[in-house]
Amino acid sequence: MKLKLHNYTVLYLSGALFLVLSIWAAIFYINMIDEIHDSIDDGLNNSKILIINKVFEDSSLLHKDNFLESNYRIREVEKEQYLDFRDTFADTLLYTEYEEDYEPFRMLTTIFVGPNGKYYKLRVISSMVEEDDLIEDLLYSLLWLYLVLIVSMVAVNYLLLGRIWRSFYSTLKAVRGYKISDKQDIQFEKTRVQEFSRLQETLNDLIRSNKEVFQAQKQFIENAAHELQTPLAISINKLELLAEKSNFGDEQLQQIGAVIGNLERLTRLNRSLLLLSKIDNRQFDESEPVEMNAVIHKLCEDLEELADYRNIRLLTEESGTCTYTMNRTLAEVLFTNLIKNALTHTEPGGEIRIHIEEKRIYIENSGAPALDASRIFQRFYKASGENSSTGLGLAIVKSISDVYGFSITYTYPEAHRFSVYF
Amino acid sequence: MKILVIEDEAEMRDILTQSLEKENFVVESASDFMSAMDKVGVYDYDCILLDINLPGGSGLDILKELQRTGKSEGVIIVSARNSVDDKVEGLALGADDYLAKPFHTAELTARVKSILRRKQFNGNNIATLKNLSIDFDNRQVSINGKAIELNRKEFDILTYFVANKNRLVSKTALAEHVWGDQIDEADSYEFIYSQIKNLRKKLKTYGSEVEIQAVYGIGYKLSDSDA
Repeated sequence: MKLKLHNYTVLYLSGALFLVLSIWAAIFYINMIDEIHDSIDDGLNNSKILIINKVFEDSSLLHKDNFLESNYRIREVEKEQYLDFRDTFADTLLYTEYEEDYEPFRMLTTIFVGPNGKYYKLRVISSMVEEDDLIEDLLYSLLWLYLVLIVSMVAVNYLLLGRIWRSFYSTLKAVRGYKISDKQDIQFEKTRVQEFSRLQETLNDLIRSNKEVFQAQKQFIENAAHELQTPLAISINKLELLAEKSNFGDEQLQQIGAVIGNLERLTRLNRSLLLLSKIDNRQFDESEPVEMNAVIHKLCEDLEELADYRNIRLLTEESGTCTYTMNRTLAEVLFTNLIKNALTHTEPGGEIRIHIEEKRIYIENSGAPALDASRIFQRFYKASGENSSTGLGLAIVKSISDVYGFSITYTYPEAHRFSVYF
Repeated sequence: MKILVIEDEAEMRDILTQSLEKENFVVESASDFMSAMDKVGVYDYDCILLDINLPGGSGLDILKELQRTGKSEGVIIVSARNSVDDKVEGLALGADDYLAKPFHTAELTARVKSILRRKQFNGNNIATLKNLSIDFDNRQVSINGKAIELNRKEFDILTYFVANKNRLVSKTALAEHVWGDQIDEADSYEFIYSQIKNLRKKLKTYGSEVEIQAVYGIGYKLSDSDA
C-alpha cells in the first residue's frame, strides 16, 4: 500500500518518538528510585543515631521489641552471632492499618552495644513512596506526553507540509492534465522551494524535448504524405494512359488494373494519414454548431443505395436533436467513418441501427463476435482479413473525438455498438 | 480549344498534356513561375491547369495576375498539398475548380470539359453524342429526341462517360466521381457494376448508338464507334 508523505513522516516519527520516550522513561525511573532510596537511607541513618542516643538516656526503650506506633524495634541478640555485622538496608512489605494492605517499607538493620554492655539488634523503618503508583503515574504522564507530541506533530505536519508540498501537488496536477499534443506550454505554479523549482525545470525540459520530437514526427508524417502524392499521381495516370493503348490482351489489362488498384489503395492510405495528421495538428479550426441529425440523414441518403444493394437495413431512430459545436467537415468524416465501418462489417441481411439522443449517438450493427475494445481504435488495427480497408477509419474517429474532448466507446450488447457521447 | 498546363514536375506535365491531347485540345505547357507568367500575359487560354507549388513563385500569384486582367475564368488548381486554405484562397481568387493530386485522368477530363462547356454554351448547356443528347441544366437525357428516365446517379455516370468518351474510365474514378468518398471499399465495385448494368439496359431499350463497354480488370469505356 502506498502512503501519503504526510502519513509516512508521522509513522516514522511516532515510531522513533515511542522508542526514545520509552528509553528515557526507563532511565528516568531508575534514577528517581535511586534518589528516593538515597534520601530515605540518610533519614534512617539519622533515626538510628537519634534512637541509640535516646536508649542511653532511657534504658526502658531497650524492651520495645515491636514497631506498633513508632518506627523502630529493639531486640537483644547473642554477641557471638553479630561480631562482624554491618548495617543493612532492605526493602520489605509491612501491613499498614491505614491502607489495610502490605505496603513497601525501607528497613535499616543494625547492631549496637547497649548501656548494660549487651548486644541489641535495632530495626528502623520508613515508609516508601508506593513504587507501583509511581510507575503508573509515570506511564500515564508519558502516554499523555506521547499523545500530545503525536497530535501536535500531525498538526504541524499537515499545516507545514501541506503548505510546503502544495506546489508539488499543483505541479503534479499540471503534468497530469497536460498532453504532449497541447499547443501551449505547460504552466507551473511558482514555488519558493528549491527542490520543487528544480523538479519543474526538469519536467519542463523533458516535456519540451518530447514536444519537439512529437512535432517533428507529426511534421514528418504530413510531409511524407504530401511528397507521396505526386509520384502516386504520376504512377496511376501513366498506367491509365498505358492501359488505353488498345494493344493489350485481357491478361495484361488485368495486371495493369491490379497495379492501379494497389496504387489507389496507397492513395487512400496516404489521404487518411494526411487527414489524421491534419486533425491531430488541429488544422480544422473553424467551428460552428452542427446538427448531427441532419448530417446523419444526409449520410444515410448517400449510403442508402449501397446498403440496399448489400441487403442491409439502415435504420435511424431519433429521440432528440443533437447539436455540437465543431468543424462541419470533421462531423461528416466522423459519422461517415462510423457508418461505413458498420456497413463494411455487416453481413448481407443484417441491419444497422443509428440512435440519436440529445447527448449521445450510437451506431449498432449486427454481427458476432465482440471485438477487442482496447485495440479497435488503434491505427492499422484490422479485425478481419479485409485488406482493402486502410485500418485508419476508426483511428480517425478517435482523433476527432480527442480533439473535441467527447468520448467514443465500443461495447457489445448483442450487437457491435459504437457510442459517441457529446 | 487551347489549354495551358502549368506544372513543374516533368512527368506530371507530360501526362496532363498527353491526356488532354487525346481529347483533341491544343495543349501548351509551362514549367516554372516566370514562363507561366509570360504565357498568360501574352495568350488567352480556354482552360488553365495550375499547380500551386512552382519554382520561382506561387501559383496563387499567377491566379492573382489572371484575376487582375480578367482571365481567371477557366482555371483549375491542381495541387499535391490538398490543403483547405489553398482551396479556399484559390476559389476566392476566381479559380473554377480545385483538383487534388493524385487524381484519375478521367476525372481531369470531366472537370476540364465541364468548365469548357460552361464557358461555351451560355444558357444552352447541351451536349450531343450520336443520337444521345444531354441537357446539363435540366439534367435530362434523350435518345433520338425521346426523353429517358434516369435517376440522379445514373445521370452522373452517363455524363462522366460522355465526357470521357472512348477513354478508359477506371472503376475507382467512376466511384469517386459519382459517390464521392462514400465508396472506397473493394466489395463496392460489384455495386457499381450493378448500377452500370441498369444504365446499359436503359440505353439499349431506347436504341442508343453509344454503349458502355467493360474493360477487363480496370473499368469501363463509352464507345461511340460503330464497330
